[in-house]
Amino acid sequence: MTSTATETAGPDREWADVTSSESSLRRFLHGLPGVDQVGAEQRAAGLATRSIKTTAKAYALDLAITMVDLTTLEGQDTPGKVRALCAKAMRPDPSDPSCPSTAAVCIYPDLVATAKAALGHSGVHVASVATAFPSGRAAMEVKLADTRAAVAAGADEVDMVIDRGAFLSGHYLGVFQEIAAVREACGPAHLKVILETGELQTYDNVRRAGWLAMMAGAHFIKTSTGKVQPAATLPVTLVMLEAVRDYREQTGRMIGVKPAGGIRTTKDAIKYLVTVNEIAGPDWLHPDWFRFGASTLLNDLLMQRTRLSTGRYSGHDYFTLD
Amino acid sequence: MDPTRSPGDRHVFEYAPAPESREIVDIRPSYGLFVGGEFVDGRGRSFKTISPSTEEVLAEVAEADATDVDIAVAAARRAHGRVWGRMPGRERAKYLFRIARIIQERGRELAVLESIDNGKPIKETRDVDVPIAAAHFFYYAGWADKLEYSGHGTESLGVAGQVIPWNFPLLMLAWKIAPALACGNTVVLKPAETTPLTALLFAEICQQADLPPGVVNIITGAGETGRALVSHPDVDKVAFTGSTEVGKAIARAVAGSDKRVTLELGGKAANIVFDDAPVDQAVEGIVNGIFFNQGHVCCAGSRLLVQESVAEEVLARLKRRVATLRMGDPLDKNTDIGAINSAEQLAKIRELSAIGEQEAAGRWSPPCELPEHGFWFPPTIFTGVSQAHRIAREEIFGPVLSVLTFRTPAEAIEKANNTPYGLSAGVWTEKGSRILKMANALRAGVVWANTFNKFDPASPFGGYQESGYGREGGRQGLEAYLR
Repeated sequence: MTSTATETAGPDREWADVTSSESSLRRFLHGLPGVDQVGAEQRAAGLATRSIKTTAKAYALDLAITMVDLTTLEGQDTPGKVRALCAKAMRPDPSDPSCPSTAAVCIYPDLVATAKAALGHSGVHVASVATAFPSGRAAMEVKLADTRAAVAAGADEVDMVIDRGAFLSGHYLGVFQEIAAVREACGPAHLKVILETGELQTYDNVRRAGWLAMMAGAHFIKTSTGKVQPAATLPVTLVMLEAVRDYREQTGRMIGVKPAGGIRTTKDAIKYLVTVNEIAGPDWLHPDWFRFGASTLLNDLLMQRTRLSTGRYSGHDYFTLD
Repeated sequence: MDPTRSPGDRHVFEYAPAPESREIVDIRPSYGLFVGGEFVDGRGRSFKTISPSTEEVLAEVAEADATDVDIAVAAARRAHGRVWGRMPGRERAKYLFRIARIIQERGRELAVLESIDNGKPIKETRDVDVPIAAAHFFYYAGWADKLEYSGHGTESLGVAGQVIPWNFPLLMLAWKIAPALACGNTVVLKPAETTPLTALLFAEICQQADLPPGVVNIITGAGETGRALVSHPDVDKVAFTGSTEVGKAIARAVAGSDKRVTLELGGKAANIVFDDAPVDQAVEGIVNGIFFNQGHVCCAGSRLLVQESVAEEVLARLKRRVATLRMGDPLDKNTDIGAINSAEQLAKIRELSAIGEQEAAGRWSPPCELPEHGFWFPPTIFTGVSQAHRIAREEIFGPVLSVLTFRTPAEAIEKANNTPYGLSAGVWTEKGSRILKMANALRAGVVWANTFNKFDPASPFGGYQESGYGREGGRQGLEAYLR
């Protein structure tokens, strides 16, 4: 990511009044305009009917590949698997040098050093989950230590989880302070804040949590860990895109959005890109401002890309398994 | 794309053309009238139907004169007396279910044909017009053998003379024909002269469904034909959807006769946005309310009443959203706004918009290139409109929104009701109690809460005052066709 975002060491100072107390923060978040569930879902469904063909599809495919955070977050991950993932992130289609690399690999903190070594100066970032991912249930010191360790090992980006328990019980200030503290612990690394929208349940909560994270200094707001169902959905992402759009309008500061989990096909990915284009606007059509947290999506993008250039579908066996 | 570009660049995601293929429709060079189960020549002069997006002539269509109307009504009368009127409801239902299924099966064909002939975008014909038309037939098919539970009687009236408009040609046909047939009536239907083709394709569907000859008769023509039909002495029931002016003429023509009448006429609906509304969805609802189907909707939310405290914000968001609407080829799957249906309608929209400008209301349209051929009008918003302005009172029937403000719920109600019309209204608020209060206070046949332009066959639709009388849809829709 680049430095176009205003670099502040912690929370956005513009919001100092709002975030000075639990009650003022609550008033602010509850004063945000509501989201009508039926209307939001209808809008997302409408955008999903856009028909993206030929040149537009070619553009969308390459753009989507550059936006992938190629992810493996399994207990059974090994350094070998991470190295293989890094190789794929750098050259997703070894037979085609024109195929762009992905934005990042996304892994657990203990594998950051391995990934960093494998990626070198390729430009592909290392994103590490942290803060007791995926539940976020650990003491604050543990979460901060987790973050610092990931950054020290070379993580360019940190994907933290919010304390959903605190958020749902209305302790917004606690969540705010935690995000701000993690942001500080990130140092130069960029911070993605996972809202875990599947646990927040309502779109009103998603909008509030998104604003909370942005005010606390997030560079990105991210839907999900991928460990909770439902993970990313188009309407949830739409609500988050509205939030970053509104936030820029008020503050001039641009925040990225990352849907993660459940986006497996090119068709899905293109629906998201259309939504980015028409809700947040074309400025967000760049890996600095929009990412896909995904693993199997990349192979489908590659298959479609090959088909578009050769006119034929290749079988799954022609693309590497991660 | 160039992955090396810097984030300051403008990124343009150009949607390549994605046209729906025209191959599926087979437009004949000329069409006759559908009378007694067959296509026959008309006695009047034929007329041309054109594609409003290109002005290309699509087909020659027969014009029915008074004799043709006579023959069609006689065919309907025979079919009613000999077959349809005495057929058990459960048997009639089978035909209606069959028609509904054929509409679905031939949905793509109907959608493409409707887009070509009417100018509306394929995404609307595909996702709205055709599926809801099929749903109406399914819904009323279900009623055919349950009329004794309708509360409106079980006996059919006889022959229904039905005249429908050009804004939703197939859908309005379904609204008219499905309940009439379910109740055991036979029909003579006249589609609008600018959009006859889907009705004629529907005639083929009736043949395909083996509907007994004469149960459905489709006669084409303009005002003269319609007049002959509604004033025909052997028509028992007149159903009309269209302008208030013509509706009044029909009411006069049938006055003093035994004919039953339902009229679904114009509107100037208020779409009321309160300061606690879900603002992004309200903006969608405003857009859907007035720009859906190029604003050619009798229940369009053509008057936006927005609470003064949020007016600026709502307008800014609205303009940003309207700027993303895609106007152009109706057959392109990404088109949001298609062509205005006719040169005549375009002239009317232009005239009223010019008046709006003279009345000193702020006029705004997003930058957009209009295609060279065909009839086009950009989405247009007038701000600073007052109740006294003509654009706040007269139905424009185009993509033109008048924006007014209010400060209190009482003022919103007063302004919303201050119109000779009363077809529909919209209320946007997160407060449930306010929705209920507004719905009671608004003089409109349909009040939508946190949505707009939602249609369902189970829901009755119709107006107050100059928006007409009678209800279509739902159990209430049966009343007009039973005794």
